[in-house]
Amino acid sequence: MRAMGRISAVALMVRRSLRQHWLGSAVTLLSVALASGLVMAVFSISAQARAAFAGGTLGFDAVLGARGSQLQLVLNTVFHLETSPGNIPWSLYEAIRDDPRVETAIPYVVGDNYLGWRIVGTLPEIFQKADGLLFKEGRAFSQEGREAVLGSYAAQRTGLSVGDTFKPYHGLYFDKSMQHDEIYTVVGLLKPSNSPSDRVIWTSVDAVYRMKGHVLRGTGKEFEPQAGKVIPDESKEVSAVMLRLKNPMAGFILDQTINKQGKVATLAWPIAAVMADLFERLGWVYRVLGLVAGLVVVVACGSILASLYNALQARRRDLAILRALGAGRRTLSAAILAEAGLLAFMGSLLGYAIYLLILALAASLLRSQTGVVLSLGFWHPALYLAPLGVTLLGLLAGLVPARSAYATDVAENLKPLS
Amino acid sequence: MPLLEILGLKKGYPRPSGPALPVVDIPQFSLGEGQTACLRGKSGCGKTTFLNLIAGILRPDEGRVSLQGQDLARLPESRRDRLRGQKIGYLFQSFNLLQGYTALENVEMAMRLGRGLDKGRARAMLERVGLAERLDHKPSQLSVGQQQRVALARALANQPCLVLADEPTGNLDPEAAEVALRLLKQVCAETKAALLLVSHDPRALSAFSEVMDLERLNRAAGSAS
Repeated sequence: MRAMGRISAVALMVRRSLRQHWLGSAVTLLSVALASGLVMAVFSISAQARAAFAGGTLGFDAVLGARGSQLQLVLNTVFHLETSPGNIPWSLYEAIRDDPRVETAIPYVVGDNYLGWRIVGTLPEIFQKADGLLFKEGRAFSQEGREAVLGSYAAQRTGLSVGDTFKPYHGLYFDKSMQHDEIYTVVGLLKPSNSPSDRVIWTSVDAVYRMKGHVLRGTGKEFEPQAGKVIPDESKEVSAVMLRLKNPMAGFILDQTINKQGKVATLAWPIAAVMADLFERLGWVYRVLGLVAGLVVVVACGSILASLYNALQARRRDLAILRALGAGRRTLSAAILAEAGLLAFMGSLLGYAIYLLILALAASLLRSQTGVVLSLGFWHPALYLAPLGVTLLGLLAGLVPARSAYATDVAENLKPLS
Repeated sequence: MPLLEILGLKKGYPRPSGPALPVVDIPQFSLGEGQTACLRGKSGCGKTTFLNLIAGILRPDEGRVSLQGQDLARLPESRRDRLRGQKIGYLFQSFNLLQGYTALENVEMAMRLGRGLDKGRARAMLERVGLAERLDHKPSQLSVGQQQRVALARALANQPCLVLADEPTGNLDPEAAEVALRLLKQVCAETKAALLLVSHDPRALSAFSEVMDLERLNRAAGSAS
């Protein structure tokens, strides 16, 4: 009964104190929310981005492309970012396709866009061979016609649906003066795969070759395709070849043959390792972000300390009155600690809103820039560890003012006011 | 056995140099259950220190303060706090109301820290002192006389066996002082609480048939001023 009385007294003290210093409390609450939300966002976005970039490979193990950077090759073909490091002759595609160690080889031809959405010329088999390219409606493009299949995000943003037509633009980046004359018909739309391929417009290799103004160099000589005429294989070229290998040993041997002994092409294998290397290089960014988030947590806890300590100076007389009414030193300390804990806990709860806000902004930005989709429902241990840690640190910050409340001199602070 | 018994009570305050300044030196004082004692004391004669020693807010340097046979000086601080909350009602000169709390919350807080919350009794106490319409008013929204009555209701909320009143009329106009004293005596009589009032206000002293001189009681009186 008495314990209940003390607890209800502490609850009333906390409630009244928060109301009396509502502005300081609100600012403290927001700073804690920001700190907690920021920590959660840094960990969640980092983990999701890693998973998304490592998992957007459509089931391919390696990429074969022009001699150059493996990272550029992967960014260009898997994530549809950056420019192509160059082209390789069709014969190289045929050679790798026929290699007994290779299970699947799909060529990519890039260099055009529609309103900034990248057009990739490839084979219609890609929809059977690659993982995650599932039709929402329509069908695959034909090998010969000017037909296209749109990834879900590209379809959503361009507003194109099955049966619509469009004229592509030359180049990887949108320039309205560079429009081609050829008209393409949308024959299929893909389901969202939450990968960069959602931003792609797929068409046939031939349809890309035959856009007016395209010049093929193949093995060296320039060749301009003409309507109705077969393009000789020696003139054809591709930007890259996506490969699924029969086993890891095949990758090891091809890596030796192409990268270490050869001088014509580059094999990016395994794709996940190339991306891991990128994240390793970007690791310092996450460390800096983590450090900033950590500093914000420290500042937020400092804010709890300062807010309670300053309020305490103004409440000395109240504390002395409470002591005179029978409150023990521990009761007053408990009230201050409870206030600190409550501010930290409520701030941490509010932190979820901040977290979702940051995540939504980051998701929107990342999706429009890379096609990678961040999930608002993603679970990461930081989502409970950060609020828990911030609450505990908040409680810890409350120890200083709690100690000061404990030491309040009753008689001194009860002296009549002049 | 008297309700309150004081023997050889001494308290001094340290000085930057030299021995402590004696403020209270009372060889003997007692008060029976339900009794009223009025002490006259000029400013600086150790009134507040004396009452704070009885309330257990201050610990004496020497001597004993027994309330219902329990020596406050020998109790651990937490027990003294509890005992004060349950058995002693303290009416301060400047009321010492909690400014952020309503009149009702001021009374309820004393009960939460004392014998336990009884919302009905808290309301009844405020109604008894004529503040039924002011339960949700904060001290700043009340007149000085009304604040005094909230302090009175709070001091008596836990049905204390002893009420200490330190210059209870010091901040009141004559009319409010008279009302406050009448209420104080009446409510103490109703609740059978002993009353120890210390004042130098002639209006307050004239309300009591018998008045003792604190300066005679306290051998250290005079040295404190």
